[in-house]
Amino acid sequence: MTAPFGRRRCEVVGSRASGGYRVFSLLDTEGPSPAPGQFYMLATEAHWEQSGGRPFLPRALSVADTAGAGDGIQLDFLIEGIGPGTDRLCELEESEGVWVNGPLGNSFSTPAELHRFSNPPGGELDAVRSGPAGAILVGGGIGIAPLALLRRRFAERNVPTRVLLGFRDEAHSGGLEDLFSCCEVGLASEDGHVGHRGYVTDLLSAMLEGDDAQSAAVYACGPPAMLEAVRAMCAEREVPCELAMESPMACGYGACFGCAVPKPDGGYIRLCVDGPVIRLPAADAGASERGNRA
Amino acid sequence: MMNASEREQSTRAVDFCGIELRHPVINASGTFDAIAARRVYGDALLEDFPFSAFVSKTITPEPRVGNEPQRIWETPAGMINSIGLPNKGLDSFLREDLPQLAELPVPLVVSVMGTSREEFSRLVTGVDEREEVAAFELNVSCPNVHSGLIVGEQPAETLVLLETLRPMTEKPLIVKLTPNVADPAAVAVAAVEGGADAVSLINTLKASAIDPLTGLPGVAAGHGGLSGPAVRPIAVAQVRAVAAAIEAPIVGMGGVSSGADAHELIAAGASLVAVGTESFRDPRAGQRVAEELSKLLPAD
Repeated sequence: MTAPFGRRRCEVVGSRASGGYRVFSLLDTEGPSPAPGQFYMLATEAHWEQSGGRPFLPRALSVADTAGAGDGIQLDFLIEGIGPGTDRLCELEESEGVWVNGPLGNSFSTPAELHRFSNPPGGELDAVRSGPAGAILVGGGIGIAPLALLRRRFAERNVPTRVLLGFRDEAHSGGLEDLFSCCEVGLASEDGHVGHRGYVTDLLSAMLEGDDAQSAAVYACGPPAMLEAVRAMCAEREVPCELAMESPMACGYGACFGCAVPKPDGGYIRLCVDGPVIRLPAADAGASERGNRA
Repeated sequence: MMNASEREQSTRAVDFCGIELRHPVINASGTFDAIAARRVYGDALLEDFPFSAFVSKTITPEPRVGNEPQRIWETPAGMINSIGLPNKGLDSFLREDLPQLAELPVPLVVSVMGTSREEFSRLVTGVDEREEVAAFELNVSCPNVHSGLIVGEQPAETLVLLETLRPMTEKPLIVKLTPNVADPAAVAVAAVEGGADAVSLINTLKASAIDPLTGLPGVAAGHGGLSGPAVRPIAVAQVRAVAAAIEAPIVGMGGVSSGADAHELIAAGASLVAVGTESFRDPRAGQRVAEELSKLLPAD
């Protein structure tokens, strides 16, 4: 299902604090239902170019949840104000208009699909291809957003799913009650305010020590250092893995060539049209997310 | 959404170098990838194509992977890009991309760039035999490997390049002028003297930004090209200066995001207007600008 061509106005139907983050909701009466991992380019209808001429470009946000609503679908986004664009989106109030382009990009695979990709049929690993250990979702900070919709879709398909989330500190955490209330979540925080004191990858490392690890599939989204750690752990243990990545992006539909991410064999992919979900090993997970775009 | 005949009525047909266009708004090279957009939006893109002609991303003789990230940096009312002209190279473009671009419902302009007259010649002769191509845009914002000079910054280099290419094709040649010169009109005059049918301007302005978090340039290449509404007054000034110096038609561009902006460039002397950065914010911007513009132009 392709995105409607052009940008469309959607109305804000909710915005609330969620820990140190916010969740805002849009009513989309035109677009198709997004798949987990897909994103939208968003800009407020009013006061986007504020004093100083920024924000100027729309911001790419992964959709965190979706549900049928009235004559359309509700799209929920998790956001942290870290620059002029995200700050403005944090101010959204009900009935404001937002310019929406999407859903854009690719989406996550199921564990069974991931095992088929990494172990062709008939091989000696045939027995574990279906991924009986299910999915392990690993999120860091604001990167937990796309994993919330992924967890919902996996639950609908009865895919066994374990969720590990990590945050820097209390101010840089949120979304738990709003997006992950219905499931058990393994938590880590760098300051120890909740869960394991340390990195979420410590929890993943312990989980991958289990006997069933090779039949699991890992899905991760978070800061580059976390993604690189997840990539290395999964590569070492031969666990199939998909990462949702971030890169500075002006357009979101392949026009600007700004969101280039290096490929291991040279050259670049455009993360907007070839991602944002990267099946390993297809791109350098540690690619920079530097930028002033937020 | 309007159907095709309603769109015809809401905009105004123009003739440009003998090419009939359904309205005066095209895209700036490198700001809209019609093949990628069709993957994203499907055939709705063809039914509602936003531009009256499509200008390809610049093609070079050999493939280029483009610049190391970071490639873009948001600035006040604009952005800096240093993309580095990633493209498949001439042969793959002709084999893989051109058949797909030929399915677009509008005339096709192919943008080419070489680092020598020999490279430009190879590009023009390679593309010239393809009937699906209506015109060339010559990207001259690149150093000549022999002289080290950027062709488009030198009237003499521009003249010799056009004199070399003119006999190779009967298709219109549009020279894309750089704004990073003291006197763009002198380069435009040389281009027309050499046989150019039209000029297009402005390309992006050389610009830098420093990342306050690192103290390093915001784009990895150190500098890039500035585009967006921030550059529009410069585009207006340069289009006026060039229009005063040549009779040939001008494709005006630089920060156009509305019909009023397009109208300003037409008032300054442009025959066509190109939309670039605004397409990043609104994929359908070209059609919107054309509809707004038609309301501002006097009736026939």
